[in-house]
Formats: sequence, structure tokens, C-alpha cells
Amino acid sequence: MRLELTINGAVRALTVEPLARLLDVLREDLVLTGTKEGCGEGECGACAVLIDGQLVNSCLVPACQVAGASVVTVEGLSSLDGTLTPLQRCFVERGGAQCGICTPGMIVAGHCFLESGAEATDAAVREAIAGNLCRCTGYAKIVESIVRVAQEKRG
Amino acid sequence: MIAVTSVKTLPEAYAVLAARPPGLRVLAGGTDLMVAINARVGLDRIGHVLDIWSLRELRGVSLSLDDGALRIGALTTYSEILRSPLVKEALPALAAVSREVGAWAIQNRGTLGGNVCNASPAGDTLPLLIAADARLVLGGPRGERVVPAEEFFVAYRKTALGADELLLRVEIPVSKDARLGYRKIGTRRAQSVSKTLIAVRALPGLREVRIAAGSVAPVPLRCRRAEAAAMSGGDVRAALQLDISPIDDVRSTAGYRRVVSANVLEQLLRELG
Repeated sequence: MRLELTINGAVRALTVEPLARLLDVLREDLVLTGTKEGCGEGECGACAVLIDGQLVNSCLVPACQVAGASVVTVEGLSSLDGTLTPLQRCFVERGGAQCGICTPGMIVAGHCFLESGAEATDAAVREAIAGNLCRCTGYAKIVESIVRVAQEKRG
Repeated sequence: MIAVTSVKTLPEAYAVLAARPPGLRVLAGGTDLMVAINARVGLDRIGHVLDIWSLRELRGVSLSLDDGALRIGALTTYSEILRSPLVKEALPALAAVSREVGAWAIQNRGTLGGNVCNASPAGDTLPLLIAADARLVLGGPRGERVVPAEEFFVAYRKTALGADELLLRVEIPVSKDARLGYRKIGTRRAQSVSKTLIAVRALPGLREVRIAAGSVAPVPLRCRRAEAAAMSGGDVRAALQLDISPIDDVRSTAGYRRVVSANVLEQLLRELG
């Protein structure tokens, strides 16, 4: 099928299989390899992206369901000149990233949480990233990083 | 090669259903079907995928003007349910169980209709729908019909849905007096498939009780013996054991499920009675 969608703000058109995973369209067709594959069954959140502002697992979304949609990947949540965003900087400063496989998904889920405007309690952040597994088990630092950004934003 | 048809309106969907293409599977939010497709499980049995995700008319929550029942479109996502002021007001237990399905990313795609039609014995919302005496409205080129939730699950992963039918919406009666509660037991709070899930609707004093259970039988199950025991002051624990038929599997054991289901049921009856 002919697929037209917006990726990180730019309109892209490509030919894909209708049941191709959005994850593969991103990584293989568009070479946006920031999005990772973990489990491939919606359990781990490594492939998390935003579709029309909503957090999804891109391994469970077929290409036919993103026609005309706006998709934001972890690349779209970083600045073009390489300057770290507050969320990225807090992950670096607080040790929120270890081996790195879960990090793009954590950044996308963390971004989603910060956008929700909810109060950044430990419990609220843990619920927001409950679908993102960190095999290094570095959750305390990840939660701390996201809470810290919320505190900075509040000033 | 699987053919895919994405539809935006009900007549378009019905046209595909009327042709009854072999191996038809309906695709909603993809949180179950895409897992199977990715794992290449049963792929040879899928000939045609009818993608209804963009069928707007099957989305949303409203109150029926006829009888005040809550009407939830089959494509309403868990996120939409848990944020719906109508659900929060009329059926807070349904909002609560939606919040326990997967986590945010699953709740944003998974739909109530998908949970029903996937018909897993572990489907999180299903015992609640049975306990609440929900009605399932099915539609197709031959017209619409209503099936009570407790009659929809006919055998392991088999439903009353015809080959040319879609689930259109779920209608849940709302009563001021009846209280609805549930408890899901899983390995962890998020992202887990239940080991057991018990749902109860009760009138004060346990005058009228409906009990349903998940993950303890081949289908989500109404527990009539336990209901009778609860209403007559009998031995609820023993009665429940006659209703359920749990097995040992990757998530739990039959023995654990029997004990914990009974514990949870007693707890719910205390809370709601």
C-alpha cells in the first residue's frame, strides 16, 4: 500500500505492506533506529512512539493504521543541533540510562508523562512507565530523572 | 499473503462481511491480533484482515435514553473508558479495571470490543461485564441482535459471534443500589495477565448477587453456585470450587487459583454486601 504520514513533523510517503509493523517501517524503511525492538509483543515498551500524541508500542501497530497519522519517535524528541533536552540531560546527570536499550522508550514514555501535566509523584511516574521494562533494573534512577525534569519545569 | 481491507464506515465493513472471505479476522487496536501475527501463530488460518480501527461510529461512551444503561462503542479504548466522566460516575469499577490492563501504551490502543471478541478466559473486563449483566449488541449485513455477555463465551476462545457479524457496542445496566467490584490477581500490577479475576455485583445485604470469574475456566464464567451460597448465607468458598475448573499453566497453578479465588470472593462479598 501507499502510505503517507507525518514523521517527526515531516510528511513522508512510502510503499509498505499493510500489516508491516510501524516499528519496522521506522527502522527499516525510514532508518530511524532510535526506536528499539525488545519483545515484539507489547510487553516491554522499547519500541514506544507517539501516534497523534498518544503513547503506543510500535511493534503492535500495523502500517495500515497510521495512514495520515502524525508519528513522533525518540529522534523527534531531541534537538537538531545535538543539545540535550531537559529530559535527556536529567537521564545523563542522574544515571537514568545504563545499557541503553530501554532508554528511547523511557524517554518517549517520560515525555508523555510530562506532557500530561500530572503531578510528578513517584507513584504517578511509575504508573506512566509501567509498560517500559528496564533489564538493568535501573528504575529508581529513571523515575528520579523524570521527577527532576518536572521539578525543574515547575521552577 | 493476507489481504487487508481498512474501512471507515459500517456499510463498508458490512460489505466485506457479506462476502464472507475465508479466514476473515477483524483487526481493532491490534494489541492481541498483532501479537499473534508477529509471532506467526496461526498465520495460515488468516486469509483476510478487516481493519476497523478507523470506524468512528463504534467509538465513545454514552447513556441510553431508554433505560439509562451505559453504552460503550466496541472500539472505545481503555484510555477513553478510564477518562470518561460517564464511566467514572456510573461504573467506576470498569474505569478501574481498564487502568489495570497492560499499561498506557496498551490502554491507548486496546479496545473493550477487542477484549470481548478475543474471548480470552483471562480477558480483564470480561468477568465484570458478566457480573454487571452487560448486553452485547452484534451487527452485520443481516441486521442487529443482542446477546447477554454471560452467553457470549461458548467454549475456549469461541464466541456466539457469527462469521458475518461485528460487535457494535456493549450496554451495561446501571443501578443506584447495586454495587460492582472486582479484584485482579497478577504477578505484578501492570502488564500482567491475571492468575484469577473475580467480579461481583451485589445489592446491599447480599439480597441479590452476581459473581463472575476469569482465568479459572476455559471461558470467563458466571459462578451460579457461589451466587446461591452468597445469597443464602451458605458456604461460598465450597460453592465456588464447584463452579470453577482452574488448571496449572505458565502463570499459576490450579491449587493457587482455587484458594486465592475463594479468598478474593469472600473479601469482595464483605466489601460490597
